[in-house]
Amino acid sequence: MKKKMSKTTKNNFITYAMVIIAYVIVQALVLSGSLSSLMQGLLVPLCIYVILALSLNLTVGVLGELSLGHAGFMCIGAFTGAFFSKCTQGAMPDGLRFFLAIVLGAAVAAFFGILIGIPVLRLRGDYLAIVTLAFGEIIKNVMNVLFIGKDSAGFHFSLKDQMSLNLGTDGVVIIKGAQGISGTPKNSTFTIGVIMVLITLFVILNLMNSRTGRAVMAIRDNRIAAESVGISITKYKLLAFSVSASLAGIAGVLYAHNLATLTALPKNFGYNMSIMILVFVVLGGIGNMRGSIIAAVLLTLLPELLRGLNDYRMLIYAIVLIVMMLFNWSPKAQDWKARHSLKRMFGKKEQTAKEGN
Amino acid sequence: MALLEVKNLGISFGGLRAVDEFDVTIEQGQLYGLIGPNGAGKTTIFNLLTGVYQPTEGKIILDGKDITGKRTIDINKAGVARTFQNIRLFKELTVLDNVKVGLHNGHPYSTLEGILRLPRYYKVEKEMDERAMELLKVFDLDKEADYLASNLPYGKQRKLEIARALATEPKLLLLDEPAAGMNPNETNELMDTIKFVQKEFGMTILLIEHDMKLVGGICEKLTVLNFGQVLAQGNTKEVLNNPEVITAYLGE
Repeated sequence: MKKKMSKTTKNNFITYAMVIIAYVIVQALVLSGSLSSLMQGLLVPLCIYVILALSLNLTVGVLGELSLGHAGFMCIGAFTGAFFSKCTQGAMPDGLRFFLAIVLGAAVAAFFGILIGIPVLRLRGDYLAIVTLAFGEIIKNVMNVLFIGKDSAGFHFSLKDQMSLNLGTDGVVIIKGAQGISGTPKNSTFTIGVIMVLITLFVILNLMNSRTGRAVMAIRDNRIAAESVGISITKYKLLAFSVSASLAGIAGVLYAHNLATLTALPKNFGYNMSIMILVFVVLGGIGNMRGSIIAAVLLTLLPELLRGLNDYRMLIYAIVLIVMMLFNWSPKAQDWKARHSLKRMFGKKEQTAKEGN
Repeated sequence: MALLEVKNLGISFGGLRAVDEFDVTIEQGQLYGLIGPNGAGKTTIFNLLTGVYQPTEGKIILDGKDITGKRTIDINKAGVARTFQNIRLFKELTVLDNVKVGLHNGHPYSTLEGILRLPRYYKVEKEMDERAMELLKVFDLDKEADYLASNLPYGKQRKLEIARALATEPKLLLLDEPAAGMNPNETNELMDTIKFVQKEFGMTILLIEHDMKLVGGICEKLTVLNFGQVLAQGNTKEVLNNPEVITAYLGE
């Protein structure tokens, strides 16, 4: 039993170490000037995708529910964070404002996670996937027609156009419908991104190895049995879903503070995005957090690295995706990997002992 | 006072009368058997007792408290734990964690304490580990604590289910065909285990079983069910010698 504890702790430690080492190497490359500006521009998005993949893995891998609306929670976090920053810019120090924007983005996304989770989590499997997909689209479309302005009388909302806000002469329009929010301060840096990745990891890994995480995984494995030992299904499903949503919200805040203009386009908050995050999760291994990080990084870098090949790059991307999926998850390939693993070569008997049963 | 009192319990599914006028009284510490042919309504009674189904009529009183129509989790909290005819373990969790899920309500700390790893997390987790290992030792599963539950052999999976149910500290333990699919050796061993649980934990046990040797060997009292109705009730020996029971259930 002691061995098992140290095994999970060791595994988690490796994951944290991997992130920190990657950060140190990249920082060294940046400082020595050997990273192209294109690659430098990719660093914050990389962190954002890693957070998204990790948070979706909490829903898909730990809770065991398929969600296709994850970009919707990111969208909520992004607009909340950007809105807050626009309103309070100059009123407080930048660091504090950004910190509060992140907290607020996470909280609002979590709130929507609960709101949407209450009706949606009654469904299972394919049905849940379709409903979350629809929800993601609704969020994106609402953001596209939402106008919010501010004047001396307070905030004004409209879902029609700028005119119907009825702003006073000193009024400023903050969210301009399809034009989104512009002029959000560019606060997201690679360092903050990595800190957020580490926080996300910390939350998810500690959650998984606690009483709450066990209850969530018990529901995933057998709902009826979980109920029979007194686990509240609704409570723990909602909890896991809203934590997952709030982490996606954090990714959204980072995203908003990395762009000059934030708009809700199909490209960034549509179902393409949701599916891409799901691809990271599935490729990295459902329930495997370290795998999610690696898959998110590789699949984000790949299209950029292939940029030289122009027309063929998306084709190659697709082929690589298929090959990686097969290599990682086909039963034959898994057998082959088990037989040729380093552990096996160095004579560790763990594998054989388990097969013996 | 009896630990469990069931009065006039009944349920209909559409036009089908699955259980009708079911009465039973189980004393504290008793080992009670519920037998009957396939489809007699035995598992339905378990599902009624644990709140999976809501009874159409009747009353279920546990330790003086009315638990009729309550939710499954509240009935568990009131002191009823069960195992399942088709084993329902948390397959992707370790053997130890399966039992720790059973300890969930008895050993609380908040989600935040868990995420932030506050001192209470370590204290309660340590208590849980110790308690879980004690339970696993009773069922001779302590050496397999790190295994995934799905990797256990069949007989041990059945035992793990009992251990998990006991982890919720029930007053009444319901065992749904605990010996199903076991060979005679495993069944003998299981009989000893059930006897041991009854003695060591002072547990009141209600079990459904088809294996006559097991029922005759350990149950103190029996109820025979046929077509949803009580056919005979009383001391094990008398019931098993009742000619009606022999024709209905044991065959010619």
